Amino acid sequence: MGALVKDATAIVGIGQTPFAKRLDEPEKTLACRAILAALDDAGIDASEVDAFASYTMEETDEVEIAKSIGAGDVTFFSKVGYGGGGSCATVGHLAAAIATGQASVGVAWRSRKRGSGKRPWTDTQVQLPTPAQWTRPFGLLRPTDEIGMLARRYMHEYGATRDHFFNVALACRNRANQNPAAMMYERPLTREMYMTARWISEPLCLFDNCLETDGALACVITSAERARDCRRRPVYVHATAQGLPAQHHGMVNYWADDPLSGPAWTAARHLWKTADFGPQDIDVAQIYDAFTPLIPLSLEGYGFCGRGEGAAFTEGGALELGGRLPLNTSGGGLSEAYVHGFNLITEGVKQLRGTSTAQVPDAATCLVTAGEGVPTSALLLRS
Amino acid sequence: MTAAATATLLTPVTDDDGAPFWEYAARGELRIQACSGCKRLRFPPRPCCPYCRSFESEWRRMSGRGRIWSFVIAHPPLLPAYAEQAPYNAIVVELAEAPGIRLVGNLVARPDAPLDSVDRARLRIGAAVKVCFHRMGSADGVTVPRWLLERP
Repeated sequence: MGALVKDATAIVGIGQTPFAKRLDEPEKTLACRAILAALDDAGIDASEVDAFASYTMEETDEVEIAKSIGAGDVTFFSKVGYGGGGSCATVGHLAAAIATGQASVGVAWRSRKRGSGKRPWTDTQVQLPTPAQWTRPFGLLRPTDEIGMLARRYMHEYGATRDHFFNVALACRNRANQNPAAMMYERPLTREMYMTARWISEPLCLFDNCLETDGALACVITSAERARDCRRRPVYVHATAQGLPAQHHGMVNYWADDPLSGPAWTAARHLWKTADFGPQDIDVAQIYDAFTPLIPLSLEGYGFCGRGEGAAFTEGGALELGGRLPLNTSGGGLSEAYVHGFNLITEGVKQLRGTSTAQVPDAATCLVTAGEGVPTSALLLRS
Repeated sequence: MTAAATATLLTPVTDDDGAPFWEYAARGELRIQACSGCKRLRFPPRPCCPYCRSFESEWRRMSGRGRIWSFVIAHPPLLPAYAEQAPYNAIVVELAEAPGIRLVGNLVARPDAPLDSVDRARLRIGAAVKVCFHRMGSADGVTVPRWLLERP
C-alpha cells in the first residue's frame, strides 16, 4: 500500500487569504477565495476538480464549495475528524484516492473564523458525554487546560522547563518576523516578555498558546504524471499516515497506560515504514503547534530524538534556521496563523519549491504533522 | 437565561456507561468499572472489556486514596462561573490501589469549599490525597468526587 501511494501524487497548487484577528467576509467566501487561488497557482481550471477533502469541523460543505467554484462531477469527498488532527489526512485521503484512480484533481481546504468567531470550548450545550463528563465539571474546560496537564507531567518526568517551551515559541516567532503574511510579522518576542506573560493555564502562559485567526487555505493535488505539466514545481506526497493509538482517549489522554506517548508515535511508525528516508534526512519540519509542549512531544514521537529528550532537543537554537531541524518556518500556529494547521502544509510546499520567506537552503524533504494529543495524521513531502 | 442562571459550574452530562459512577458518587462511594470476567479495572467506563471482550462488568469500590499525578492552575478567559473562582486548580489523581486509573478533579480545603480554597503552594505532583463528595448546585444536584490533602 505504501508503494502505491509513494510519490504517486503531488501538491501542485496552494492558496490562502490574508490572516487577521477579524476578516469581514464569511467563511464560505474565504474558502472559495483560497481554493480558487490554489487552482490558479496550479494552472488547473475549477471545472476539472473531482475530489474534495476537509475537516469534520469545517462548516462549509463540499456541496457549497463545488457549486460556488464551478467544480465538475465530483467522485471522491472526505471529511477527517478530531480538529487539527485531521489536517494532513485531508491531503492523505486525496493522495490515496488519486493514486487508486478514484479521482484526478483534488482540493483540500480549511476556512475558519476562529479569530472573530466564538471559542468552541465556550459551548456549554454541546457537551459530548464522553469524556467531557469526567473533565469539564472540574473546570478542565479548554484545550489549553487539557494539554497543560500533560505538559506539567512531562516537565516532572523529564526535567523540561519553561525555557524549553520558550525555545519553541521563539523559533516560531522569529520565522513569523520574516513572513509579511504572518499575524506576528512585526511583533518580536523576548525571553522577558515570555517569562512575565500572563498565565492561561499554568504551566502554560499566553505565548505557549497559538493565535486566534480568521483565514482560509487550500491546496491542489493531482497525479505525479499530470503534475509535471502544471505551472509550479511539483511537491510529491512521499508518505502519509493517520494515528489512533491503542487505548487512546483524545486530548485528555490521562487514562492511557502511558499518557505522554501519543498519536504521533503511531503515525510515525507507519510513516517511516513506508518512506525511503528517515528522521535524520528531514531538512525542515512543520510540526503542529497549537501549544508549545506539542513540539517536544512530537520530536520524540516522530523519532528526531529519544523518549524524554524532546525538550533538550530544542536547546542551542536547534529549531532556528541553520539549526538541526528548522521548525515552522512561516511562524506556524503560534505566530503566523492558527487555521487548524493547514498553513503548515502550504509552508511545507513553499519550502520544497524554494519560495519560503525563511527558506532552508536546498530543502528537499519536509515533515508536516497534524495535531498531537488527538487522533492525528502526518505527511512526508519531497521535491 | 439570566446572567445569574448561567453563572453555575457545569454538571456532568452522563451517558449509559458513565451513569453508575455518578449514582454511586451520590451515595458517597467511589467505584470504578471492572470486568466481571478478567477482573481488570477500566476507566472511563465502556460497554465491553478491551482486554477480554466480556460485556459483563461490576463496579468495584475504591479506598478513595491516591496521589496527584498532575495539575494545572486555570486563569481566565473561562466560563463565567469558573472565572469567578479563578485562578483555581484542576488535578489528575492516580488511585492508590489502581495505578493507571486516574480521575480529574479539584483539590479543595473542605468538600463544599470553592475551587480556589487550597493555597496553590500546596499543590505538587505526588501529594497524597483522599476523596470527598460534593453536591453541585441544588439539593437534587449531581454529586461529584473532590479531593482533600491527606496532610492538610
